[in-house]
Amino acid sequence: MSWLNRPASDTQVTHGGRLWLYLVAAIVMILLVVPTLIVIPMSFSDSQYLEFPPSNWSLRWYHEYLESSKWMRATLTSIKVGILTMCIATPLGTMAAYALFVSGHRAARPVFLLLITPMIVPVILIAIGTFYAYGRVGLNNTIPGLVLAHTALATPLVMIVITSALRTYDLNQERVARSLGANPVYAFFVITLPQIKFSVMTAALLSFLTSFDEVIIAIFISGGVNATITKHMFSALRDFIDPTIAAISTILVLISTLLLLVTQYIGSREK
Amino acid sequence: MHQEPRDNQLNVEPLRAQEVREQWKLLSLASPALLVIVAIILIPVTWLFYLSFVGGDGQFSLEHYRKMIEYKSYSRTFITTFKVSILTTLICILIGYPLAYFLALLPQRLAGLFMLAVLLPFWTSLLVRTYAWLVLLQRKGILNDFAMQIGLWDSPVKLVHNMTGTLIGMAHIMLPFLVLPLYSAMKKIERDMMHAASNLGASPTYAFWKVYFPLSLSGLVAGSLIVFVLCLGFYVTPAVLGGGRVVMVSTQITAILENQFNWGAASALGVVLLLATLLILYLASRLFKLDAVLFGKD
Amino acid sequence: MYALDDVDLEVFSGEFLTLLGPSGSGKTTLLMAIAGFNRPDSGSIRFGDTEMILTPPHKRDVGMVFQSYALFPHMTVAENIGFPLKLRKVNSAETAERVTEALATVQLTGLGDRKIDQLSGGQRQRVALARAFVFRPRILLMDEPLSALDKKLREQMQIELKQLHRQLGVTTVYVTHDQREALTMSDRIAIINHGKLAQVDTPQAIYNRPSNSFVADFIGESTILPLTLDTQERLLFEEQLVLDHLPEAFSKDNSRDWSLVVRPERISLNADSQRSENDCLVFRGEVKEFVYQGETALALVKVGKDYDISVRLGTNAASSQTMMKPGDEVNLSLSRDDVIVIPQEKTP
Repeated sequence: MSWLNRPASDTQVTHGGRLWLYLVAAIVMILLVVPTLIVIPMSFSDSQYLEFPPSNWSLRWYHEYLESSKWMRATLTSIKVGILTMCIATPLGTMAAYALFVSGHRAARPVFLLLITPMIVPVILIAIGTFYAYGRVGLNNTIPGLVLAHTALATPLVMIVITSALRTYDLNQERVARSLGANPVYAFFVITLPQIKFSVMTAALLSFLTSFDEVIIAIFISGGVNATITKHMFSALRDFIDPTIAAISTILVLISTLLLLVTQYIGSREK
Repeated sequence: MHQEPRDNQLNVEPLRAQEVREQWKLLSLASPALLVIVAIILIPVTWLFYLSFVGGDGQFSLEHYRKMIEYKSYSRTFITTFKVSILTTLICILIGYPLAYFLALLPQRLAGLFMLAVLLPFWTSLLVRTYAWLVLLQRKGILNDFAMQIGLWDSPVKLVHNMTGTLIGMAHIMLPFLVLPLYSAMKKIERDMMHAASNLGASPTYAFWKVYFPLSLSGLVAGSLIVFVLCLGFYVTPAVLGGGRVVMVSTQITAILENQFNWGAASALGVVLLLATLLILYLASRLFKLDAVLFGKD
Repeated sequence: MYALDDVDLEVFSGEFLTLLGPSGSGKTTLLMAIAGFNRPDSGSIRFGDTEMILTPPHKRDVGMVFQSYALFPHMTVAENIGFPLKLRKVNSAETAERVTEALATVQLTGLGDRKIDQLSGGQRQRVALARAFVFRPRILLMDEPLSALDKKLREQMQIELKQLHRQLGVTTVYVTHDQREALTMSDRIAIINHGKLAQVDTPQAIYNRPSNSFVADFIGESTILPLTLDTQERLLFEEQLVLDHLPEAFSKDNSRDWSLVVRPERISLNADSQRSENDCLVFRGEVKEFVYQGETALALVKVGKDYDISVRLGTNAASSQTMMKPGDEVNLSLSRDDVIVIPQEKTP
């Protein structure tokens, strides 16, 4: 174990001296990952009860899920709302981020702060607020209502991702394009957008996931035929534990893992 | 090309007009986003604010706020909310700091790999993670089995549907929010700082506490603040893992709406929650740089 | 307080004009105003007789080279250079031809298919340049284009840019804070300080006849000595006559102090003999410091009541014999042709 005596830093701390740190970090990482992934083996159990490790393996709960019209409809609703949210929030957030970043106007800062209020206001408040307001205009239990609310949540995230991308981008490129004869719109689409496209894609995925995983607002304003998958999951968790949730959770974990890997790949491409 | 001051007066007006026109054109790009935020966030929240001052008789009244002071159940809720938020934040700091420090020490490639351990939960639905803890912590769950096997305790201990379960679940969900800004603050600390400290005669431990830790503080504050503020309004995890025994402000708001359909009382609670959040953010922004807090999450 | 105030500058067709000034003086602001990227609160910018001040940047027909080059990393070298041509609807055959020609002009023949990140700093500089002139703009603007290059390459590029300018004949406005670069390349130099024009003239005139102390101090090395004005409007330094009349432009102006500007290399050293005062100013002093710097040596000589004059000496074999040490007594002489007198705001 000569490795332990080797210096781990330039200030002569050995790996041995840092062993406690490695140990703590490893435990914390295990505690972070295991509870996230444990639903996967559980979903293949044959039992009514939640048990680990499962005594008998089966695809029973996947069948249950796929054959339930309630779950299927909810899944479809969630996907629909997620995609619509992504399609609206991404251009909205990108436009706002670009405008506020480029403009030196003194209104830019207050507007920016206003636009990120959805990140500051507790979600429960947004949930009951929209629930009340939607009640007045008849948007409760509708897809447009959900999409609008989720767009409000996702837009600030998009803005922050795009703003930080613009920070590392040399805005002189757009200037040079204009001096070479490009109008502002052309300069944005041909010069700026191709160079921040990976961030735009990350922002799009993030806004899809924000909508798809959103629980609290959905509990209040979605329902009936337009209830989301998260709403059903929440009531299932609170009232009785149905192992179908393990199967659904596994699917959700796979989706987020996939999206995460895509963004990581995008991030490495960006560099 | 020629610039002449004598034409000054001729040009002031059109120049100003063009400037204003262009600024508006640019700012108008933000207007669709602004419209959505105003319609979905500002108007409903303002509406709730108004409702919180309307009494049972439809007149202006402070009764909902008065009840908050008079009724014991409300003060218990606030105490629980702050207790859960503070404890969750402390747990996150305690286990998040070593993890962020470890990640910051690693070479880039390796850090990227281990970072997945933080990002994977971050990207996974919190319902899934809450569900997982529900299963892990139950009476016949793995954790109890494991603890009894290695002799930590003899009979199953109640780990869920109480404060313990809530804190474990909350800490798990909040940890990435602390680690990510902390890690990026640590990455900005120049290696030469530690070299200089060491060169000047500081032991590694002394250099850590006197140089590294203070420099990482901005990230720690940003992360803790995000965690704390998110905890204040958190709903799902306490509702599921608390099993009705951990009543936070958000759970009480829901309960009031479900059981009494009392919009005034629910709104008043929501307003207090919002004001508490804003107050904490305001105080933090006076003490520290707000930008670091707002963008630390990114 | 304005970034630019009362700047009246005319650029002649085909000339190479340099805006020179310390950082923060407003030279880049002026360049950006010409390009249309920042808008003056008032004023006029005319190309020929056409008023351009309200024209947006993309309609000004101005070629611009940025300090950071601002090359488009997602396009190849040829696509970068062809960009302005594409916008001008030049057909693809002619575009290809002109890009090739531009590449040849900047000596990058055959590199059209390269990606930007495959180029060296000097090559990027050339691409940025080619992109800025390929569409034959009315004026070429450059904002410290050489500042990112190392010293050797920078000096080589100065000569190349000068040649290129002669070859293309395009009116050029060049921004730099490096006085040597400005002296090397320019037809005329406009010196800017605190948002105002300090002097506009040819390099020789700026160096030999600075019109104020800022220019005298900013360009080249100089020692500035105070002069006194006697009753007959003659200027004296320590009772020695410097000028028997006030410089014509200022003869009626008594609100100023006067100074003598001495360029270190214009002073000669007479260790022993005394020359006639008719064609020379003569100072007697004591060497305070003497440093050898390779191609020249620098002496700091204390004259009169504690004025320090810098003197540059050659280091060839003959001069080396006159090496001095601190404490030596020396005589300095300055030819009357090299006398520079400048007015200064009166010090209260």
